[in-house]
Amino acid sequence: MSRASILTAITNNKPSLVDLPIIDINAVIQYDDVVAQFKAVLESIGGLAIELNNMQELESEVQAEKAKGHYIINTLPELGEVDKDLATQVVATLETVHKAYLRGAIAVAENGAVWLYEHQMVNRLSPFICQHLVLVVEKRNIVATMHQAYQHIDAGKEGFGVFIAGPSKTADIEQSLVIGAHGARSLVVYLV
Amino acid sequence: MKVGLFVPCYIDQFYPQVAVATLQLLEKQGCEVVFPLNQTCCGQPMANSGFANLAKGCDRNFVENFDGVDYIVGPSGSCVLHLKEHLHDGNNEAKATYIRQHVYELVEFLVDVLKVEKLPSSFPHKVGLHISCHGQRGLHLSSMSELVAPPFSKPEKLLSMVKGLQLSKPARMDECCGFGGTFCVFEEAVSVKMGKDRVGEHAANGVEYITGADTSCLMHLEGILKRQGSTVKTIHIAEILNS
Amino acid sequence: MQATTKNHAQLSEAFIADEPRTDWHDETLWFVRSKRDKAVHQVPEWELLREWASAIKNHTLSNLDNYLVDFERNANANGVVVHWASNASDHNNIVLKIMRDNQVKRVVKSKSMLTEECHLNPFLIENGIEVVDTDLGERIVQFRNEPPSHIVLPAIHLKKQDVSETFHEHLHTEKGNNDPQYLTEAARQHLRSKFIASDLAITGVNFAIAETGGFVVCTNEGNADMGAHAAKIHIACMGFEKIIPKLEHLGVFLRLLARSATGQPTTTYNSHFHRPRNGQQMHIVIVDNGRSKQLGRPEFRNSLKCIRCAACFNTCPVYRRSGGHSYHTAVAGPIGSILNPNIDMRANADLPFASTLCGSCSNVCPVKIDIHDQLWKWRQVLVAEGYVANGKKLGMKGMAFVLAYPKVYRIAGKMGRWVMRVLPFVTNNKLLNPWYKQREMPEAPKASFRDWYRKNRGGS
Repeated sequence: MSRASILTAITNNKPSLVDLPIIDINAVIQYDDVVAQFKAVLESIGGLAIELNNMQELESEVQAEKAKGHYIINTLPELGEVDKDLATQVVATLETVHKAYLRGAIAVAENGAVWLYEHQMVNRLSPFICQHLVLVVEKRNIVATMHQAYQHIDAGKEGFGVFIAGPSKTADIEQSLVIGAHGARSLVVYLV
Repeated sequence: MKVGLFVPCYIDQFYPQVAVATLQLLEKQGCEVVFPLNQTCCGQPMANSGFANLAKGCDRNFVENFDGVDYIVGPSGSCVLHLKEHLHDGNNEAKATYIRQHVYELVEFLVDVLKVEKLPSSFPHKVGLHISCHGQRGLHLSSMSELVAPPFSKPEKLLSMVKGLQLSKPARMDECCGFGGTFCVFEEAVSVKMGKDRVGEHAANGVEYITGADTSCLMHLEGILKRQGSTVKTIHIAEILNS
Repeated sequence: MQATTKNHAQLSEAFIADEPRTDWHDETLWFVRSKRDKAVHQVPEWELLREWASAIKNHTLSNLDNYLVDFERNANANGVVVHWASNASDHNNIVLKIMRDNQVKRVVKSKSMLTEECHLNPFLIENGIEVVDTDLGERIVQFRNEPPSHIVLPAIHLKKQDVSETFHEHLHTEKGNNDPQYLTEAARQHLRSKFIASDLAITGVNFAIAETGGFVVCTNEGNADMGAHAAKIHIACMGFEKIIPKLEHLGVFLRLLARSATGQPTTTYNSHFHRPRNGQQMHIVIVDNGRSKQLGRPEFRNSLKCIRCAACFNTCPVYRRSGGHSYHTAVAGPIGSILNPNIDMRANADLPFASTLCGSCSNVCPVKIDIHDQLWKWRQVLVAEGYVANGKKLGMKGMAFVLAYPKVYRIAGKMGRWVMRVLPFVTNNKLLNPWYKQREMPEAPKASFRDWYRKNRGGS
């Protein structure tokens, strides 16, 4: 049995127990203005953050996009009708999604990342397979660093969750940055 | 203060002027300097090639020679680092331990122990500084570009005391020159390419000399410069500080 | 993996023969190192973070058996199937069996250095499975039938012209169109069709969390997610050292990983997998393949702290000028040179010598592995175990003899200087003396320092 032999070998070979360090979050960088920091970092990694006064502004954008005949995923009731088939939609159909509007739980100022729980994506593929991604995050849910982020979310609560920082990208050809590798070609984060 | 002058084997054989400059420099600073005549080598060439066990005879000889001095000082960061990390003598471990704790590379000795603040030297030339890896990352002669830490440089501090010297630093300020002990012959192609790149950056800066605290790096760079027919020369920092 | 009997020195000599390309390779990777420097200087507590990461990993290694059991129990409770593989062949057979049990023919794969280490792709292909690597760099080298040359940037040894030719051949892109944007778009279209059509996705694992049984996969392209969420079966393959105790520790590691790797503040997608979605199967294969042996080597065990960021590759002045293939192993670079001798001492005896011991690798390492010290220690082990050529051994013994005895040393030194002055052709021989091939010998002075000292200061 591999399991038993591997575990026995580890037990025999591991060093004597050393303690876990104490992670002192007070020793970590703080930002005067987490909103400004988040916006600046997100822009530097190819995304865009826009402060929004009310959801009506965004609602009209969603309606306008739908009116153009694009396949638009909307998961926020405040922005109009939500997609009912999204959870069970087949992959080939999802591949034609032009834009997805999803809510994010928190945003991280130091790296421009937004955390999404599975229930916020409805379908695990939706933030990845769409051509363009729009996330909505409440301004009060911006934290300074990843340390605070893990204090605020329960990353193991749902079957899947993700930090998304900017649009999909690659630099695999000669280190030339190209936006839009496999996932979304653009990312806009609305801060409300 | 009694200082034992440690002259690494290749300096003794090929660069005696570096040892002379070191000796004179220390004497000018008021040190009583002795040169144990039966010293040979620190043992690094064997140890870095995987033959640390063969260096025992070398270690024994070193301990015998440098017994009874306050400090041991040598003009080679690499050899000094090796002694600090690896010198042992089963029969004389207490003496070996004393040596490990009191052996200094010349620059760190001048700055940290003698606390030199001014020098009467003059060297009116444009000089490129080559930082040797063992001196820097091993002996902490200067801050390291990889770390998030305050900048400092002991060799620069000393060179700033030299009248007329115009210091030039390459953009890749602490890139290895590729000497690497026996690496220079067993990995000849990479070694030379690394050296050519270092030399190229200094030459592009228009320096007349490349200096540093490790003669081994300089020997390698000098070999490349000469083969290229370059007018750029190498010079050990002790020679500049003693000029 | 290319079968080769050449050593690092020979392979790098061949690489350097094209000097302009070597310069380009060096500068491209130095650019990545520079981006890393810029990113880490934005984080004033950087050195503290490295300290924490190192300490968390040290702790984890000291309690690894218990954490693995916790992880397995929690993953099982989450509906994930956990498999254990002692070696590469076990690993490959487990993966193949899952495929056979489910009649799977088409597989997409995101980057996993473990599967490279186990040579999974050739094994699956031999067994009739279509395997498509979906990371752009990996797809490029897969088309070219080459191994990756870098664990984060698999195709960094190639120029855009090379990629253009490869894509023209395999994806029918325009001949001579070298625009990275255009080439990436072609790969996007090609690989999207593969994601939709595949039955099973294989991913690597960046971190596996003992307290929850979940695992995290980090990519910039989104290919791991496209694959895993589209497929009916997801297999995640991990070396057992990927374990971390708690979710909160991700706060430390995710701050370090991308900044060290590419200079980004974080990877675009940090995906946390805990349970299969409705109707999906999720499997985890936990692999040993020599790791437990390395854990038992006190001087080398902390190499298992590695989080595969490749910062040591990018900073290594030897790697930048010799290319990843010169290391002839799945994991190249300085970290590979301390991991691979554990797996096969004879085949990898050259690697710990492929370094000047400059120490830059240890300084950039986000988990503070003492890489250059371990290179030095591997040299001692390899010599003691008899894996170093006899010629080198004889030379070293001769040198040790001369340097141990002052009188012999003085005579030898005199001889050496005399020989060099009088008979320069003896040493100035490009074939016999590798130093002289591209460097002049130092000029032999008339007198050694010892001679000068005796003459000027007396003594005998």
